[in-house]
Amino acid sequence: MGESSMMAERRSILPAAVAWHGVRYEPVEAMARFVLRGSDAVCSTAAEVIGLSNPSVLRASHDEHRAILWQGPDEWLILAPEVERVALLQRLETALAQAPHALVDVSHRNVAVRLEGEAATRLLATGIMLDLDEAAFPVGMTTRTLFGKADVTLWRQAPQRFHLETWRSFAPYVIGLLQAGARGL
Amino acid sequence: MLLIECPYCGPRPELEFRYGGEAHVARAADPATVDDEHWTAFLFWRGNPKGLHFERWRHASGCGRFFNCARDTVSDVIVKTYKAGEPKPDAARLMTGTTP
Repeated sequence: MGESSMMAERRSILPAAVAWHGVRYEPVEAMARFVLRGSDAVCSTAAEVIGLSNPSVLRASHDEHRAILWQGPDEWLILAPEVERVALLQRLETALAQAPHALVDVSHRNVAVRLEGEAATRLLATGIMLDLDEAAFPVGMTTRTLFGKADVTLWRQAPQRFHLETWRSFAPYVIGLLQAGARGL
Repeated sequence: MLLIECPYCGPRPELEFRYGGEAHVARAADPATVDDEHWTAFLFWRGNPKGLHFERWRHASGCGRFFNCARDTVSDVIVKTYKAGEPKPDAARLMTGTTP
């Protein structure tokens, strides 16, 4: 029996996609997620394994399916398709075997939603204190911040498209605030 | 809302931060040789000045890093923030504004 067949089945706790006034809400499919802690060289090694570049401060590097999000000066969040979870973890551990680091699988800890539309920044501004104007928060920027009282990671993928990542247990709170905010758009 | 300059992330709303007590309180290199009075001072005695105070802050809901901050406890003006491990800035120069 392979490891993948022994995995717990994951059911999304997120409500289904819906179009609000001026912004479309969509749950992001289950993903492989790793938190990587270590030196800049550690991230460069991991980035090479994944086939991406080492993201600069407050930025994400990504291709169509994978991403590395800067979280702090020694911390990154790696996103990849769920089917790659076991293999990618092994490849990363092999490549990083000689370097002091921490690589933690948080695939089941986080959930993410996608918000897209001309009202996306206005909706996010109901819970986020940061300036979301494109001059202050350009495409490609990512940061941990607060949505209401919940820690979230916000990533601007396009001028009107955001990836909002939060802990699974915070999701009902965040979604509830988004729904309430959407009623006021 | 107060904006605090994180040395890594730039200006951020104060709600993302947590206070971490007085800065530059160095732990003895060899605690076994320290007498009770000095150990007590290290653990418990703090300056609590009226005026410029050097303190630790953590960007808890951001990059997660601890950093140091020089803040005026009278006006709550944050004079300077700098990375942990950098030397303590000169207080007199900070107050006259001759240091960036």
